[in-house]
Amino acid sequence: MSLMVSHQTLAKKPLRLARPLATALLLLFTCLALAIYALGSSTLKLSAMQVIDALRGEGPANLAVIVTQWRLPRVALALLLGAALGLSGAIFQSLLRNPLGSPDVIGFNTGAYSGVLVVIVLFNGSILGITFGALAGGLITAGLIYLLAWRNGVEAFRLIIVGIAVRALLFALNTWMIVSASLESAMTAGLWSAGSLNGISWAKSLPAVLVILLAVMLLAALARRMRLLEMGDDTACALGVAVERSRLLLFLAGVLLTAAATAVAGPISFIALVAPQIARRLCANQNVLLLTALTGALLLLAADVVAQRLFMPYQLPVGVLTVSLGGIYLIWLLIRESRKK
Amino acid sequence: MNAENLLTAPLRAENLTLSYDKKIVARDLSVSIPHGELTVIIGPNACGKSTLLKTLSRLMQPEAGSVWLNGQQIRDYATKDVARQLGLLPQSSTAPGDITVFDLVARGRYPHQRLFSRWREEDQQAVEQAMHSTGVAQLADQPVDTLSGGQRQRVWIAMVLAQQTPLLLLDEPTTWLDITHQIDLLELLRQLNRVNGYTLVVVLHDLNHACRYATHLIAMRDGKVVAEGAPKDIVTPELIEEVYGLKCMIIDDPVSHTPLVVPLGK
Repeated sequence: MSLMVSHQTLAKKPLRLARPLATALLLLFTCLALAIYALGSSTLKLSAMQVIDALRGEGPANLAVIVTQWRLPRVALALLLGAALGLSGAIFQSLLRNPLGSPDVIGFNTGAYSGVLVVIVLFNGSILGITFGALAGGLITAGLIYLLAWRNGVEAFRLIIVGIAVRALLFALNTWMIVSASLESAMTAGLWSAGSLNGISWAKSLPAVLVILLAVMLLAALARRMRLLEMGDDTACALGVAVERSRLLLFLAGVLLTAAATAVAGPISFIALVAPQIARRLCANQNVLLLTALTGALLLLAADVVAQRLFMPYQLPVGVLTVSLGGIYLIWLLIRESRKK
Repeated sequence: MNAENLLTAPLRAENLTLSYDKKIVARDLSVSIPHGELTVIIGPNACGKSTLLKTLSRLMQPEAGSVWLNGQQIRDYATKDVARQLGLLPQSSTAPGDITVFDLVARGRYPHQRLFSRWREEDQQAVEQAMHSTGVAQLADQPVDTLSGGQRQRVWIAMVLAQQTPLLLLDEPTTWLDITHQIDLLELLRQLNRVNGYTLVVVLHDLNHACRYATHLIAMRDGKVVAEGAPKDIVTPELIEEVYGLKCMIIDDPVSHTPLVVPLGK
């Protein structure tokens, strides 16, 4: 056995972050460029310079109102909600160690939407009430799925199957609530049953934005532990991670992120499923939470830009587009897996 | 083992009742891990040796009894404090995705890092040192996936070494390796014990490996310690028959001059 290892110089740790950092900057730049495009191109076309001037508070006042009051909320929230969904997907895929363990597949956002519907249909609730409903719906659904999947501990695969089943049930419940609601409530609720950013405003989204920021801070504190948990409970515990507590907090952060996004825009599918996968392929590195957030942001904004413009003057709900994207992704995944065999 | 080592036992179990899958596997089990020794725990399958190791490293809670780490009950420590005093290599761990050797070993620094702390010079040094003493330094930038089983096991040990704990517990570290890599790994453990001064506790399946590398042997059967001490002093045909129900003769290992167990068969 040779223990005489030549003392080669090892790359210092910061250098190893060069590639993720470059990828992150590139994604950030693409997000900004797309955002400026989205802010400038609509029925009233604006140049990039006009958009930037308006954002900086210069230029004509009417343009400033169009950009910052009418268009900016939609663009900013597409970015923020996309990032939240991407992060939520990353959390559950990590916890369940399965690429299908995403909150939109296992029904957490469908449950959050049930909460929204209960508030709208039964209580005719306010924005604050809707946000609360989404959080409660998401958490109750998560708890229910967790309990139903519990058998001397929770096995990831069982949780995913139970989640898919509960999602189907909730989907039926949601349809029933919309059908049996008053016309006015049904119109409000049905508008975003597929997930849509139409008619979004700063005021409507403030509570959810606060929840997302809170959940992101929680996740930032837990990120290192999340990586260690991926190595197995025993290894994580041996390294000093309080396994059950960390897992519970991560679960909470993930549900909060997906439920808050649902409170603003309804159940948008597939961003959570796909963003972590794309981020991982962009950069063969483990430290991908930031990249996942940026990928999710870019995906949702891109999907919304396309959904808004594809069938002008009609606007598609962005959720319809992300479902289609997700379908394509799943088909690609199937083809790739079948080729492997 | 001498009396001095026993007095300074860094890890000690008192009157443990252990259960596995709701079945009691040990009652009133007491064990002391002597300081500075390479302790090997042997025994037939289901004798409770792995359960004991898991309990000693706080992965499992005993039904009754207590585990003492450096003079304090292990359950009174925060789990991160335990990880600064005791390193453990579980039977199975998953290397996530395409993580590189360096990044995996760097995870061993977790118990020394605070929330949001940056990568410090001492972390870098600990990781480099761990990779050098396990002979995986030249693999630093390779994905763990691409390594052989023997190399991978060394990387995992490097991760535990990066924790910089004076006490290391390893649960059947040679199980999935071929014979060359088994010996290779055991030599590494011996070197860590003799040269680097680690106190080691290893669960092993192979009796002759245990006899050859252990400086302190603990033989278990049905949740009880049948004998313990230096292999030369305790390994006899009677002991092997009592522990394993196997008739054998014991000869002198011509290479290491430790007991060599030769089964008689029927």
